[in-house]
Amino acid sequence: MVLAEGVHKSFGRLEVLKGIDLQVSRGEVMCLLGPSGSGKSTFLRCINHLEQVSAGRLSVDGHLVGYREKGGKLYELKEKETARARADIGMVFQRFNLFPHMTALSNVTEAPVRVRGRDRRLAEARARELLSRVGLDDKADTYPAQLSGGQQQRVAIARALAMEPKLMLFDEPTSALDPELVGEVLAVMRSLARDGMTMVVVTHEMSFARDVADQVVFMDAGVVVEAGSATDVLDRPQHERTREFLSRVP
Amino acid sequence: MTQPGPARLVSVPVRHYGRWLSALLVLAAIAWLVRAFSQADIDYATTGEFFTAENVIRGAGRTLLISVLAQAMGIGLGVLFAVMRLSRNPVTSTVAWFYIWLFRGTPVLVQLLLWYNLALIFPTIGGRPTSDLMTPFVAALLGLGINEGAYMAEIVRSGIGSVDDGQTEAAQALGMTRAQTLRRIVLPQAMRVIIPPTGNEFINMLKTSSLAYTIQYGELLLSAVSIYTRNLQVIELLFTVSLWYLVLTSVFSVGQYFLERRFNRGSRDARQTATGRLVSNLRRRPRL
Repeated sequence: MVLAEGVHKSFGRLEVLKGIDLQVSRGEVMCLLGPSGSGKSTFLRCINHLEQVSAGRLSVDGHLVGYREKGGKLYELKEKETARARADIGMVFQRFNLFPHMTALSNVTEAPVRVRGRDRRLAEARARELLSRVGLDDKADTYPAQLSGGQQQRVAIARALAMEPKLMLFDEPTSALDPELVGEVLAVMRSLARDGMTMVVVTHEMSFARDVADQVVFMDAGVVVEAGSATDVLDRPQHERTREFLSRVP
Repeated sequence: MTQPGPARLVSVPVRHYGRWLSALLVLAAIAWLVRAFSQADIDYATTGEFFTAENVIRGAGRTLLISVLAQAMGIGLGVLFAVMRLSRNPVTSTVAWFYIWLFRGTPVLVQLLLWYNLALIFPTIGGRPTSDLMTPFVAALLGLGINEGAYMAEIVRSGIGSVDDGQTEAAQALGMTRAQTLRRIVLPQAMRVIIPPTGNEFINMLKTSSLAYTIQYGELLLSAVSIYTRNLQVIELLFTVSLWYLVLTSVFSVGQYFLERRFNRGSRDARQTATGRLVSNLRRRPRL
């Protein structure tokens, strides 16, 4: 589903990704761990082209991200094509980024109606289903400001799911939450994983990674230090840096 | 039986002798001014009389009309040029920059005069003589409206810039195009930051519209000038229209106060508009 080959990313003179080789299969859950500045969020954002790759090949479901390949040459995708590709990839942000001027229901129906052209009533019905799935069926008509952080993040997940994505990206989804609210969001993510969603999750929640991840990747300073199953990386880390990092995280 | 609370703290408050002194000085200055103006050769009766004169009221009406229309035009142009300024197309962006630079960089009065004299550059427009098309009203509307557009463009641009980047990212991650993101997500949120200064701009427009008297547009100031060139009561008539301007700006300032209060809702200091603070300071008993 996601294939990264020698992915490099620089911001001006600062090289953040120094050659990432990763693979995520359909239905697989991959957790990206690592210290801040390791490039894990940047890599995540490259997957749906919120950041443009500087070098290397990154493809989602067989299609190159941000480019079209024709006759051996790379052609940059037009805005419309990029938008269409993004519509199939859902993203959940650390700071939720719900639209504050819309109710929870409208947040969830906005993209299906505007981007996919779905009928409004059908979209609303589906939105209510999704909100119910994340445990917020009674909050459909409330505004984000009236919701707790955990509730907002769950609405954000419902909003991403409304587009029926084939891949879900999570950028530290629980880092901005009070500890008591982390559980409810992780529960939704676990159920998504159980239902077979392909997920790439940047997180610090080790127990989540251990329980749910099919693959755990440890990144540091722009490179993949170690990758493997959850038990391999978390319980039997091979590299010094991995061990150092894990020992400092509770 | 409830216990009595702790005894209230009794102390001798700080004495502000300086405040007594400055209050006295201010009152003395006011008294001197009042005396000076009452002894001056000003026929206040005339001022009051012309306040309700037909020409003056019509002038006030035209001031209001041109201000509303020019402000509306300014808002429309402002949104357009702000979006152009933020465009990734270098041509659109530069053209917008040029418009903003040109119309903010030259005096409104000069712009009004140029529009009024457009016939000297283009004798005909679309087959019709420019002097017929460019009436004082049209010239005033174009001059004030296009000038206001340049200022509104900057207000709108900063409003758009005030919306958190995360909003745009979330919208794009959902597959929305830049245009959709702007229209549905960014602009509605930008309004919170755009509307209060726009209210101020309108109040300024009410006063700036007086410049249109130079191109013969029959607004409030021109009505005063027409009258005093005949009856030579210059000061009296200027006082009349000053009162009218005060009435107009004050009425809308009240609206502006409520507008600011509404758009500061949710922020920590919701009551802290400039007028609000003034009112609460006056209400509090001065500790002299």
